[in-house]
Amino acid sequence: MNEFRVARIERTIPFRVKIARINWMLVLLLCLAAMTGVAVLYSIADGSWTPRAAQHGVRFGVLLLVMLGLALIDIRWWMSLAYPTYMIAILLLVGVELVGVKVMGAQRWLQLGPVRLQPAEIMKLALVLALARYYHGLAIERATSIRHLAIPALMIAAPVLLILHQPDLGTAMLVGATGVAMVFLAGLSWRVIIIGGITGLIGGIAFLIFGLHDYQRARIETFLNPESDPLGAGYHILQSKIALGSGGLTGKGFLGGTQSHLNFLPEKQTDFVFTALGEEFGFIGTLSVLILYVLILMTGMMIAGRSRHTFGRLATAGVCVTFALYVLVNISMVIGLIPVVGVPLPLISYGGTVMLTVMIGFALVMNMHIYRDAELPTGRGFFL
Amino acid sequence: MARRDEDSGALFTRRALVLSLAGLAGFGALSARLYKLQILESDRYRGLSDENQFNYQLLVPSRGRILDRNGVPLAENADNFRLLLEPEQVHDLDALLVQLSKIVTLTDAGRARIKKAARRRSKSTAVVLVENLDWSTFAKANLLLPELSGVRPDVAELRVYPDGPYMAHVLGYVGRVPEDMQTDEPLLRHPGFRIGRTGVEKAKDQLLRGEAGALKVEVSALGRVVRELPDPATRARPGKDVVLTLDRSIQNFAANRLEGQSAAVCAIDIQTGAVPVLLSTPGFDPNLFAMGISGTDYKALLADDHKPLFNKSLGGTYPPASCFKPVVAVAALTHGVTDGKERIRCTGKIKLGDREFHCWKRKGHGPVNMLGAIGTSCDIYFYEMARRLGIDRIHDTALEFGFGHNFDLDIGGGNAGLVPDQAWKRARFGTSWSQGETLISGIGQGYLAATPIQLAVMTARLASGRKVVPHLMVQDTPAPDELDVQGLDYSLEALGAARAGMIAVCEAPWGTAHRLGGLGLGDIQMAGKSGTGQVRRISKVERDDRVRKNNELPWKLRDHALFVTYAPADRPRYAVAVVVEHGGGGSSVAAPPARDILRELLRSDPVTIARLSGAEQANNGAPT
Repeated sequence: MNEFRVARIERTIPFRVKIARINWMLVLLLCLAAMTGVAVLYSIADGSWTPRAAQHGVRFGVLLLVMLGLALIDIRWWMSLAYPTYMIAILLLVGVELVGVKVMGAQRWLQLGPVRLQPAEIMKLALVLALARYYHGLAIERATSIRHLAIPALMIAAPVLLILHQPDLGTAMLVGATGVAMVFLAGLSWRVIIIGGITGLIGGIAFLIFGLHDYQRARIETFLNPESDPLGAGYHILQSKIALGSGGLTGKGFLGGTQSHLNFLPEKQTDFVFTALGEEFGFIGTLSVLILYVLILMTGMMIAGRSRHTFGRLATAGVCVTFALYVLVNISMVIGLIPVVGVPLPLISYGGTVMLTVMIGFALVMNMHIYRDAELPTGRGFFL
Repeated sequence: MARRDEDSGALFTRRALVLSLAGLAGFGALSARLYKLQILESDRYRGLSDENQFNYQLLVPSRGRILDRNGVPLAENADNFRLLLEPEQVHDLDALLVQLSKIVTLTDAGRARIKKAARRRSKSTAVVLVENLDWSTFAKANLLLPELSGVRPDVAELRVYPDGPYMAHVLGYVGRVPEDMQTDEPLLRHPGFRIGRTGVEKAKDQLLRGEAGALKVEVSALGRVVRELPDPATRARPGKDVVLTLDRSIQNFAANRLEGQSAAVCAIDIQTGAVPVLLSTPGFDPNLFAMGISGTDYKALLADDHKPLFNKSLGGTYPPASCFKPVVAVAALTHGVTDGKERIRCTGKIKLGDREFHCWKRKGHGPVNMLGAIGTSCDIYFYEMARRLGIDRIHDTALEFGFGHNFDLDIGGGNAGLVPDQAWKRARFGTSWSQGETLISGIGQGYLAATPIQLAVMTARLASGRKVVPHLMVQDTPAPDELDVQGLDYSLEALGAARAGMIAVCEAPWGTAHRLGGLGLGDIQMAGKSGTGQVRRISKVERDDRVRKNNELPWKLRDHALFVTYAPADRPRYAVAVVVEHGGGGSSVAAPPARDILRELLRSDPVTIARLSGAEQANNGAPT
């Protein structure tokens, strides 16, 4: 790594160099993941490109171009947009509270003209950017001290509470965990981490006991004992386990998953797509997907470590943490390790919003890779 | 600046490593869990998956038919054209029902039922929209089906009873399986299955039912059949046909003959015990029950004072009245209390203590022997015979002739009736038997209660001298060479005297039923005995003034009309008993239909046919 350390600090980078610096390994891995998604969606539709498989592929192709385009933008633009994006995301979350659209008991959507968007999804990246921006302007000694924890804590708590109120426990925890991970990466002292950890644990338990909605409580209860009510709320988890387990080592073969084809799986195109995959491709398939995700994350973390500036390191790591949490939470859910929360499997699950979030996140990562040696201002203004 | 970057860079690297390791641990845990699920526990989940995927669908067997002795179906199966609703495929049920009502008529109650069923049932269970559609409506519905998403045409099996009320009491009917009859047997829980609820349908249900088949099908999570797997399917085995001894045409003839009356008919083949006619009028339409009878229809049947739901031929009890006299005659000769030639003077009444006992003929019959007493149905003669015999000897003889025995023909609804004796009265009332009671028992009144089938059995046993036992299923009919019916322990003399009396009733010019004019079948003679069962007690005041005629009384107080008969008198083949509830006089009301039914039976008998044609040939041949 030392040879990179001595590289000169760059102010501007020629377009030719930018193109050359694109991390094609990352692009390849992302393509592999998306193609896996296409294959599974094709199979779920009984071997049909419609309604989802083709759209999934096309959507990824378009977003890949968008990603590469965004990656080439000057890093200072990203930096200057960090706080404004965060502010807009907060405002949108407040907007959801006031005029949001209720879908299945939760107020998560905001109708803006023809576009219906989920502000919580924007917040995932906005928080990453904002925290990276904040720590970039902070001296290392300050970042470790508890006195400078107040602002990032507030930055994390505000969106988490707003999302929790929608209510969307899964996303709130995802956003919160990403924020906490970034504070940790920024260098908060271990003492504070331990004290905070204990406090958080107590608070969390208190919340689980007193602060849950009925449907959330039901999910947790079924999770603890899914077999007790096999046709009721425990149905999803049990059927998912049956599908995965019956896949065995090599699976029932492409297009051969009975559980998924006969509709025993709920949400098989989105949240339970991993189950359909596991049924048809077996343990070999699921392990391969896990390895693919690990490779993507390792590539991301190496990009983060390679960055010369705090903004790049934290933003890249933040995106990786978000991505990792998606994967871990989703797979834990479908194999019955945690209660059912509505978290899709990135790049494989069908769904535009999540793919957009993930691809913009990786645009950020790619951008940090291209601008790894750039010199960035440490101004503490709103934009720069 | 550079220095600070280096410091924070080193710190970040350390922290990132910690976080990455934690992440890797997470992925490792997931891999381990997946390994357990997909490799270690795979067999278990594969089994559960197969259970999900495959389902056995029950195939309801076709119910066996019920046939008469000539093989004519009395109960068969017809196509029940119906429309089913698949609730999971319907978004707007109200709109669908509006559309549907353009094709078929839907009552408000029907709508409410459909909505309730669609809401309550699991989404994958079909709801019956309309049943028993005629073909043209069903065809029309099929044509419009593409516009009615969620409606599925279906052809189910419907039980049909072509003769409706005429056979209702014997055949019974089928219906849904009541909850208390449901067992673990899956067929009983199938919504399309019908079980025999009464009569032969109930008695022979196991035979008629058949065996359910199973079809292995692949189903979706909602229970919808994806495809049928023909390989391991077992076909339903249809139920066996049950053949009855009934004769459809004669049963229908009898029903028409007694139309409008509250009556019971029972005929017995004296040689075999087979029952060719078993009728109770008025009947009810079992087809209504098979389709599911409405509450109002059912209440109307219950409220009818002619008791259409009740099988009078097996379960109705009536005083046997004068029909009982031949039995008393047999008892008297057997026990030697008279020689049969002894004449007893009938003055119209006799005194016993301070009570007077009357003969039906006020003027009296004068001196009568046994033949005359049976032929004219003299009461005074049988009062005297009863007095000489005592009740216990009458009781024992009556039992031998089938009284007091419950002949339910294995279809239920039978009644043993009542034959009193001294012990019975003591046990029942705690008082001792009085002689007056013996006297009225001698003419078949008092405590005596008999069912129409008992009267037919009595007639068959008198005619044959053998212990004829009636049966309804052809399978129970003994083969001609196996006819091994136990003989009765009575002398030919005693039985012969009773038979002679009964022949006199029909054939002697002074017989009570001579106005019938006999059978009208050449030289074939018939034997019979009428009875008029008193329902009310005639007070002394009324008797002194004038006994009211039956048509002056309310229906419920009129006498029961009874007639028992058999023929041919010389070679008995069929015995018939007819009871017309509150019909009036036995010889005028019950005798004509009994004779007509007997004639129809004989006309169906090959031996009689041969005899008649032989007589014709002899007649034709005489002049030449």
